[in-house]
Amino acid sequence: MPAQNEKPKYSVDTVETAAGTPGVEQPYEALGVKPDEYARILEILGRRPTSSELAMYSVMWSEHCSYKSSKVHLKQFGDKAPEVDFLLVGPGENAGVVDVGGDLAVTFKIESHNHPSYVEPYQGAATGVGGIVRDILTMGARPIAVMDPLRFGAADAPDTHRVLPGVVRGIGGYGNSLGLPNIGGEVVFDSCYAGNPLVNALAVGVMKKSEIKLAQAHGPGNKVVLFGARTGGDGIGGASVLASATFDDGKPSKRPSVQVGDPFMEKVLIECCLEIFAEDLVVGIQDLGAAGLSCATTELAAAGTGGMDVQLDLAPLRDATLVPEEILMSESQERMMAVVTPAKVSRFFELCEKWDVTATVIGTVTDTGRLRMTWHGETIVDVDPKTLAHQGPVYQRPYHRPAWQDELQAAVPDSLSRPKTGEELRETVLRMLASPNLADKGWVIEQYDHRVRGNTVLAHGEDSGMLRLDAESNLGIALATDGNGRYTKLDPYTGAQLALAEAYRNVAATGAKPLAVTDCLNFGSPEDPEVMWQFAEATRGLADACLVLGTPVTGGNVSFYNQTNNVPIHPTPIVGVLGVIDDVNRRTRLAFADEGDILLLLGETRDEFGGSEWAHVVHGHLGGLPPKVDLERERLLAEILIAGSRDGMLSAAHDLSDGGLIQAVVESALRGGLGARVVLPEELDPFVALFSESAGRAVVAVPRSEELRFTDMCRFRGLPVARIGVVDGDAVEVQGQFSIPLDELRRAHTGTFPALFG
Amino acid sequence: MSLRIGVITFPGTQDDQDALRAVALVGAEPVALWHRDPDLHQVDAVVLPGGFSYGDYLRAGAIARFSPVMESVIAGAREGLPVLGICNGFQVLCESHLLPGALIRNGGLLFVNRDEKLRVESATTQWTGDYTAGQEIVIPIKNGEGRYTADPRTLDELEAEGRIVVRYLDNPNGSARDIAGIANPAGNVVGLMPHPEHAVEELTGPYPGPATDGLPFFTSILKQLVAA
Repeated sequence: MPAQNEKPKYSVDTVETAAGTPGVEQPYEALGVKPDEYARILEILGRRPTSSELAMYSVMWSEHCSYKSSKVHLKQFGDKAPEVDFLLVGPGENAGVVDVGGDLAVTFKIESHNHPSYVEPYQGAATGVGGIVRDILTMGARPIAVMDPLRFGAADAPDTHRVLPGVVRGIGGYGNSLGLPNIGGEVVFDSCYAGNPLVNALAVGVMKKSEIKLAQAHGPGNKVVLFGARTGGDGIGGASVLASATFDDGKPSKRPSVQVGDPFMEKVLIECCLEIFAEDLVVGIQDLGAAGLSCATTELAAAGTGGMDVQLDLAPLRDATLVPEEILMSESQERMMAVVTPAKVSRFFELCEKWDVTATVIGTVTDTGRLRMTWHGETIVDVDPKTLAHQGPVYQRPYHRPAWQDELQAAVPDSLSRPKTGEELRETVLRMLASPNLADKGWVIEQYDHRVRGNTVLAHGEDSGMLRLDAESNLGIALATDGNGRYTKLDPYTGAQLALAEAYRNVAATGAKPLAVTDCLNFGSPEDPEVMWQFAEATRGLADACLVLGTPVTGGNVSFYNQTNNVPIHPTPIVGVLGVIDDVNRRTRLAFADEGDILLLLGETRDEFGGSEWAHVVHGHLGGLPPKVDLERERLLAEILIAGSRDGMLSAAHDLSDGGLIQAVVESALRGGLGARVVLPEELDPFVALFSESAGRAVVAVPRSEELRFTDMCRFRGLPVARIGVVDGDAVEVQGQFSIPLDELRRAHTGTFPALFG
Repeated sequence: MSLRIGVITFPGTQDDQDALRAVALVGAEPVALWHRDPDLHQVDAVVLPGGFSYGDYLRAGAIARFSPVMESVIAGAREGLPVLGICNGFQVLCESHLLPGALIRNGGLLFVNRDEKLRVESATTQWTGDYTAGQEIVIPIKNGEGRYTADPRTLDELEAEGRIVVRYLDNPNGSARDIAGIANPAGNVVGLMPHPEHAVEELTGPYPGPATDGLPFFTSILKQLVAA
């Protein structure tokens, strides 16, 4: 154990001083604490807080940590949760845990690191990966993969060229160095994200059901161990300053508030923790993320026996001049806190020594119901930890439907000029294929390692990422994330449901059964009643849809204040769906596999272009209503896709979403290196058939020998199915309209990113 | 008794599980070796897997070469112990002077992960006997510092002595003379940037394939050891 840190010259604000100096003015507003919140702290403590206590309340009661604006809406995910038997840990812990069969459980969660990634793209994105991976590790699981849904401003905007390359390098630099495959995600551009990029990170882990760990400090006398990286000055106030402040022009740079990551430290910490878990050496464990030591100590204490004594001056520091308030708020990365029985402390330290991980006993669990901290012998914190962790303010923020919503929905895309001739349709196909949101993302995903650990069955470019969990049984999981800000802006209730429907469909398209949901809700300021209405509608829509589809929300994250100069981003709920597949060898790819296979279109195509990629790319138009959602249809489609995969009837399957049918056909053709001859259904206008974004659809390829069996199944179950062509040749031909050679399609599809960022 | 092939784990190693799996797939006994332990536990061959040993913070592979296990590997290799260095392992072998030259930052500066077409130039090393010279294979690369470099005399020597083991068909990073992998004069030590351990199963190998072109690296050494 290192010697005590040398006591810096610093006038410590003790509990005793605080009790004796009630009138002292405190800078609570600079820390983001509102006057009524400060009054509440005075009431709770019966005196003024010490400066250390004020620091802790400020971070623990921040929007980022307390969910004070969103709580009343997030409650629906519990109230309306579908009854399922596979949910082992629900929302509220570091991540939800799902029983996937056998003795295995899977934990997964998505989080945002939006603001830091705008300020410092590389470190912001890197530490976003690091933080979510530690959440997964904290549940007792081995992290096995990550995914990154990203949103940027316009692809040709100068600032996008500062932000995107840094974000991508940061995700790769950190994730690759952790040895975690990156198996999927999204890259989407829209000028609404200029100045407010969305950098969401999802991580997934696996463990034995019996090995789930919880963030609880039980057992008086048990030791509190801080281990991993030393505490430094980076990220001080990161949570409370960065996550609660919008970017207005003219304010000073906030660069120093962004944390700096060390993936090597985290990789070592992961392996060290997993050996510690395997020997059952911890009673409880918590990672240090937002609000650092403040959060870890209060959450462990509040969820356990109820008390904890901490000698804060024992915390190993990278910068010896840090004062207690800074140590409590520091968001230095790669740190963990464990509760260990005295008998197991020495073995715990042996394993830390094996991995060269610094570990220090800094406290003891008590049954006093108080979290007490001392600094060189003087008491600087003495609070009921529950008041920090659970009794923060809860706001019923006012909300109302924006006045412009009706006008937006009335601005339907019907009058936009549509391509009519074969030649015009051909041109539109190529233009759409090369547009940044639909273009090939090879430039990005080549910077991520999707192979490491050797269990990646499907990754980028497929409908969902898929991992083998068990080489004996071939049990696997699939994961997809989706979200469409334009749809959600047009109708937040429907937009959130469409995000879920698409991720759900993507998982099913690869042959996996969708089980559970994690969500990252990216919105503007909750203090804006119009944004709050979007949030209320989106959460209501998502909760209602989860109930119908039987997929509970297991955890997630809310990111507010994504706005600049009072202009919020499109409301962007990103939904991650986890599915399970009994035998990963049965997976369905989206690539056309064999010439002569029959192409079938599943579902109904309507004239739906509100919020579509076509209206966006060709006309820069956003108006009308998003596509209709039919959740029962989504469920039926998923069941058919899963059955087709399980029974070996499908040689390819691809969900239809952004860009419509033709985008899906071209992607399947390019990936398989095989063309297609498409005959559009007669009753449909060719443009609508090719580009509509109606939900609840997929295109599948089936061997001729399976066609009847498959279409009979669809008809029997009531799923519309239409034969639309055959896999054939080296061009994509739409009969009577146009034909485009695969080479030409490939050039259009793959040229965009290298030209923009290469 | 089955043959034992050791796979070293340094702090920061990533692909050790993949290398252990590849060893098991060809029927050898995989043995996990730890960087601090100089004992090689009677293994018949050693794989230095990919990753970022010690964070690669000084220079890729620069610290790993001073680890206790590497002292034994270096001594063993000089006496004929077969050693395969993959990616970071190749970098460690160069830093250890078991192989000449160095790996520097890629020409494009970025980390690159893709399936790469290679040509096997030498089927006479202990790790490539199951290939035929001139055979074209597909094996993934994934690195940020994979650009092989050496002085012209060394490169000429490697060519003349047939010690260039694999070449890129479409050089992804500016490697000198398209070099993807080389051997020592005895042919027991081979280093390469591509990852054969990621091309050993139909389910997880390169897509659209061929998916298992990496297997012969592991079957070759097995045959070699059985014959010895």
